[in-house]
Amino acid sequence: MTAPKPMQPRPTQPRPTQRPTRPKPMHLAAHFPGVNNTTVWADPRSGSQIDFASFEHLARTAERGLFDFFFLAEGLRLREHKGRIHDLDVVGRPESLTVLNALAAVTGRLGLAATVNATFNEPYELARRFATLDHLSGGRAAWNVVTSSDAFTGENFRRGGYLDRAERYTRAAEFVATARKLWDSWTPDGTPRPFAHHGRHFDIAGEFTLPRSPQGHPVVIQAGDSDEGREFAASSADVIFTRHGTLEAGRAFYADVKRRLAKYGRSPADLKIMPGVTVVLGDTAADAHARAEEIRRQQVSPQTALLTLERIWGVDLSGYDPDGPLPDVDPVPDPQLSQGRTRQGDSVATAEKWRALAQERGLSIRQTVIEAGARQSFVGTPEEVAAELAQFVARDAADGFILVPQLTPGGLDEFVDRVVPLLQERGAFRTGYEGTTLRSHLGLADPVRNA
Amino acid sequence: MTSSHGTRRLHLATALDRRSVYDADAFVAAARLAERGALDFVTLGDSLARPGPDALSVLSRVAPATRRVGLVPTVTTTHTEPFHVQAAVATLDWVSRGRAGWRIEVSTTEGEARLFGRRHAAPVDALWQEAGEVADVAARLWDSWEDDAEIRDVATGRFVDRDKLHHVDFTGSAFSVKGPSIVPRPPQGHPVRVVDATDRAARAVAARYADVALVRTALPARAAAARAELRASAAAHGRDPDDLRVLAALDVDLGDGEYAAEPGHGGGGPRTTPRGPQYRGGPVDLAELIVSWHRDGTVDGFHLTPVEPLRDLERLVNGTVSLLQHRGLFRTFYPGSTLRDHLGLARPANQYAVAQGAS
Repeated sequence: MTAPKPMQPRPTQPRPTQRPTRPKPMHLAAHFPGVNNTTVWADPRSGSQIDFASFEHLARTAERGLFDFFFLAEGLRLREHKGRIHDLDVVGRPESLTVLNALAAVTGRLGLAATVNATFNEPYELARRFATLDHLSGGRAAWNVVTSSDAFTGENFRRGGYLDRAERYTRAAEFVATARKLWDSWTPDGTPRPFAHHGRHFDIAGEFTLPRSPQGHPVVIQAGDSDEGREFAASSADVIFTRHGTLEAGRAFYADVKRRLAKYGRSPADLKIMPGVTVVLGDTAADAHARAEEIRRQQVSPQTALLTLERIWGVDLSGYDPDGPLPDVDPVPDPQLSQGRTRQGDSVATAEKWRALAQERGLSIRQTVIEAGARQSFVGTPEEVAAELAQFVARDAADGFILVPQLTPGGLDEFVDRVVPLLQERGAFRTGYEGTTLRSHLGLADPVRNA
Repeated sequence: MTSSHGTRRLHLATALDRRSVYDADAFVAAARLAERGALDFVTLGDSLARPGPDALSVLSRVAPATRRVGLVPTVTTTHTEPFHVQAAVATLDWVSRGRAGWRIEVSTTEGEARLFGRRHAAPVDALWQEAGEVADVAARLWDSWEDDAEIRDVATGRFVDRDKLHHVDFTGSAFSVKGPSIVPRPPQGHPVRVVDATDRAARAVAARYADVALVRTALPARAAAARAELRASAAAHGRDPDDLRVLAALDVDLGDGEYAAEPGHGGGGPRTTPRGPQYRGGPVDLAELIVSWHRDGTVDGFHLTPVEPLRDLERLVNGTVSLLQHRGLFRTFYPGSTLRDHLGLARPANQYAVAQGAS
């Protein structure tokens, strides 16, 4: 428990939003399986990551489960390892906004979120594409703003990768502010008005090609937990897509981020905190844990185990037996070895820790990688998982979750069939969509139009 | 079929452009109407210089609501990223299951340049040269994944055969792209590239890269000359000229019922107006015009832009097209499923796979 709060003057009338009978609503989103080894492709049930039918199946399943939104990640350069294209994970994906516009035709209420990089796009064009999605979907568009500074990805683009790391968030913030200016630029009666923006990153002027869209502004999502990321989210985002951790870590993150909002004249309800989570269900707890272990084995093939080790050791380990012991040579960190991935931490320390783990438990390379890797977030019977999810929301560790299934396209079916009804029974999740826009699902106010 | 045979197939397309329409319903309804007429494709124009939604997004929204008709948005190349453009067009091909095209256009005005603030307006010749480079790199990126690159080989743990993924290492006059694409090779191999070849600056790009070239003219002789020139120029680039379809582009005003010819334009022929070549008359005489231009080998078909969108598209489909179908001069259903099938264009070989086979 936290320290007792200082006495507050009691309001003369209870505010309607504080009715104690109604629990804080939970928000759910579905992440299309990504291009990394979380996504299991060797399973016979694994379908295409590129056919529209797979996207349609997952989106329809999410809408059947009354989810807030469907989420697509982005890739702008295929990952490379040892100077060659990485070949062990699912790779290849369609362009997100095009897919979401098509999904708008086969769904009616589901929010549609695309991750699009603010470094390799320009505000005018991107604001236009998101406003178009919002119009065509009747107010269901969301933009997950990410930035990149790496020259590796920049090699595919006109502007290259010269953005300084420290400038990433200033560019993102100016980008979002500029986009909002464009979204607001037409008069309420639908007449274009000239806009102009003269800033550090962008110097543009003219007329926008679209009237204000149904949501006013598409929902803005920020992914990332760094201090700058939190601040950017507090100033500019509607949703923060964060890492999942323990209940206590979640509560601390939640309190920290919500506290930052006041500085920007925003209230805690204006920013929803949604960690990305994985779920494994079973008829019994033991069954669920056995399935979770099997999935972790599928996620770490012998080849993936060696590659994971190479990323830490920085050298070619292809001669090692994945079922044999860890290398006894020390790592030689090589940041160029793996391109297009988030950087690892201190590799010498990691190697030391892994060797200790392997020695203590008598584990092979593959077993060590599996053991040291991430666990699924929620493992148990549908009742247990529903109870845990509800607890995270009720205890202010999250406002909801972005579910990351490990199978395309059926990875969400079981959750929607078995967990969503239990959440509804508890009163923790909606039993129907109340509004038509993503903002209404998320309980976000319509944005105030800038004059 | 090709021009060397007596029975060339007739190709018909129409424009969906609407003013001040921003939601999906009107576009879906119009595309479905065009599909009822078994037209080869619909186009949707786009320009940063005038109000309107992003055309490729609109046709992506239309894709699941239609089954056969080709979908050809305009996507400009001057201020956009070539890598994003090719990925979006490839994705339209995926979501439509092989019905995507791309009408290539440039942005010529300083007003458009100011919307991006990255470069000034440039001469139209330079912009079309760059558009040609974008068309070129797009094809390379579509080919950067060989069709059988995805192997899902459990024994070796490999999802893809990386020898079938290719860096394109393209350097143009104003941009460079490393590759490979993030999108696997689209169903058609190369989505259909459409270029308005009326203006001289665009004609070279059309001859070299387009699958469909549009020519705006009211004069059949001029259309025939443009077609001959495009075919010769395509051949000079090492292409089979029969891989290029040349369509006459006309505005059509079918508002005056069944009555036929404008005075002095026997058979209801088109005339030059300030907006461009326009046919004004009845649907029956429009069918006559289409038949005569096509029979003479003047063009391979028509791209028709309704002056009054709802009214004229309906009269075009229910009048002109059904008459052509009744006379056995136009398809009554789609025998194929992709836009290339409709146009009688083969799925192109992969330039990287060919290079490897030769080595």
